Amino acid sequence: MNIASFAPLAVVLPILGAALTFLLIRHSRAQRAVSIGLLSLTLLLECLLLASVWDGGTAAVTIGGWLPPWGIVMVVDQFSSLMLVVSSAVSLAVLVYATGQGMADGDQDAPVSIFHPTYLILVAGVSNAFLSGDLFNLYVGFEILLTASYVLMTLGGTGPRIRAGVTYVVVSVVSSVLFLISIAMVYGATGTVNMADLAIKLGELDQGTKTLLHVMLLVAFGIKAAVFPLSFWLPDSYPTAPAPVTAVFAGLLTKVGVYAMVRTETLLFPGDTLNTPLMVAALLTMVVGILGALAQSDIKRLLSFTLVSHIGYMVFGLAMSSTAGLGAAVFYVAHHITIQTSLFLVTGLIERRGGSSSVDRLGGLAKLSPLLALLFFIPAMNLAGIPPFSGFLGKVGLMQAGIELGTPLAYALVIGGVVTSLLTLLAIARVWNRAFWRRPADAEHPDPVLLATPAARVAGPGAKRNSATLLPRTMVGSTLGLVVLGVALTVFAGPLFRVSDQAAYDMLNRSSYIRAVLGEDTVVPMILTAGGGK
Amino acid sequence: MSVNLTLLIVMGALYACGIYLILERSLTRVLLGLMLLANATNLLILATGGYAGLAPFYSKETAAEDYNDPLPQALILTSIVISFAVTAFMLGIIYRTWVLARRDEIQDDLEDLRVAETPSFDAEDDAEIPAETSEFPVTVPAGGREIPAEDAVQEEKPGSTNVDPRPEGGGK
Repeated sequence: MNIASFAPLAVVLPILGAALTFLLIRHSRAQRAVSIGLLSLTLLLECLLLASVWDGGTAAVTIGGWLPPWGIVMVVDQFSSLMLVVSSAVSLAVLVYATGQGMADGDQDAPVSIFHPTYLILVAGVSNAFLSGDLFNLYVGFEILLTASYVLMTLGGTGPRIRAGVTYVVVSVVSSVLFLISIAMVYGATGTVNMADLAIKLGELDQGTKTLLHVMLLVAFGIKAAVFPLSFWLPDSYPTAPAPVTAVFAGLLTKVGVYAMVRTETLLFPGDTLNTPLMVAALLTMVVGILGALAQSDIKRLLSFTLVSHIGYMVFGLAMSSTAGLGAAVFYVAHHITIQTSLFLVTGLIERRGGSSSVDRLGGLAKLSPLLALLFFIPAMNLAGIPPFSGFLGKVGLMQAGIELGTPLAYALVIGGVVTSLLTLLAIARVWNRAFWRRPADAEHPDPVLLATPAARVAGPGAKRNSATLLPRTMVGSTLGLVVLGVALTVFAGPLFRVSDQAAYDMLNRSSYIRAVLGEDTVVPMILTAGGGK
Repeated sequence: MSVNLTLLIVMGALYACGIYLILERSLTRVLLGLMLLANATNLLILATGGYAGLAPFYSKETAAEDYNDPLPQALILTSIVISFAVTAFMLGIIYRTWVLARRDEIQDDLEDLRVAETPSFDAEDDAEIPAETSEFPVTVPAGGREIPAEDAVQEEKPGSTNVDPRPEGGGK
């Protein structure tokens, strides 16, 4: 029996875990064991899925025996299985970190006990979105993860979180309504919501209708992915949430939007009709995002702006619609999920150790906790794209593809990408200089604990605030694990680039996806490109 | 495909009111706006199903074109459930905002305002680096003024009147 038939378990297992942890709400130890155990099992399954897809090609699973294009299908191809593996690995690390934080702070009871069920539902929603072969099921996946994220965003119900949560919920609901309107329009135009079926039927529509549907879907996904003119909600809402929640949001939620954009561009609307506007949006996302980051003094807000900015790289790779560009974008997505999440986790540790996440208050952390400095330094350099890290490799891949394309706009984007990378380095270096290198006394509003002399730290009133109690081993361990995963992406960049290039080739070619869903003898229509074709 | 004109007009009116309402600052109105938008979208999905026909599997003799398209109704059902959950959650948030702030309004982000008011000049980043022409500095800053370097040695000794008593960087 083919392992790919077990793909729906990637959604079912976390939901089962959510139900179990909800029952075990009074037993935090059992809750932790169940959620970590089931998530590890899911990760194992997804690794097997990736291996099976790598050997056996794209596979489709029909749910409940209703055949496509009527029934719901789940499709595992290289891109979706890669995304599944990376997202589950990251969410497992964040879960371990969050349980470590819960144990360290002693908040064993409500309302944090709803964290586990909600978190597992979020993971189920993300998996469902990655697996779905059906536009409406994609919408349901989005809604599952968004509803869970509303709860996580406002966890504890404090003033700032509620304020940020309102913006987040309203923007997300509006984008979901836009998505639903697009689905209704697509259904009205073609009479199907199955993506493989749509790939054939959308091609038969006239150009005007096609462009309308294309733009509507891209706008809906653009809000979720935080692409420039639609990105202002993100730095406003992410930083107030608890550290592990921000970390998992930053890593996964926008990438689900990017994933949906990739599917729209490659499967539903192939060709290059909207590549120019997408490239302009990518350039503006990169530059405007990073300029916003330079103005911030809070590390979490700064990282939220770099998150927006680096979405631009992925959209750039996508907008080139060449195998090299899309392959680099796939690689960049995998890299960015890991790195951005680990940076947010480290920021959580900085906040615990230094008492604040504002660089105006921090100083001397490198001396206080060299391990923390190392944990920050590696992903920070990785994000800025310093060789030999994976951020550099991904950017080089994008630049190469851009120069291969050779249009003036592509060159502008290559230059914009280099400038953004340097500005990221500047923003990150400012954090490094202020929080880690300068003396605590030089900070604008230093924290008293950072100012204490070594002798006072051992015996003084703040003696309990030392590295051992403030940085529990589980939290540091999970962060370290994620940083090591980020480094592993650098070491194994060669095989990963092979997977991503193959995934990009399959997505642009479309036939393996469509044939896996609709049967081997389906005639896949040729892709018509306006600008001469590739 | 024929569509019901009344439904379309109602849908348009709901969209218009919904968009007007979500632009308000009052949270309750925003919520009402979101509900109107969700319902308008449900009507849109209903319209894509075409004319009202017989129920599916009504009887074996019914011709295929007499059936109503059941799929849009399944989609509407799902979207109603989702908008129900979101509405309940929004109500919870609105209540919480009321409990915390006694106001039914969207609050401003304080950190946002602070960053917006921050001047572009940064004391640390934009500090003037003196151009050094000699390997040995001729003057050194001390207590807000410049003194010759040879005098600085004297300044360091206890009892000097020129030493700034405040801790370094702590003076505000």
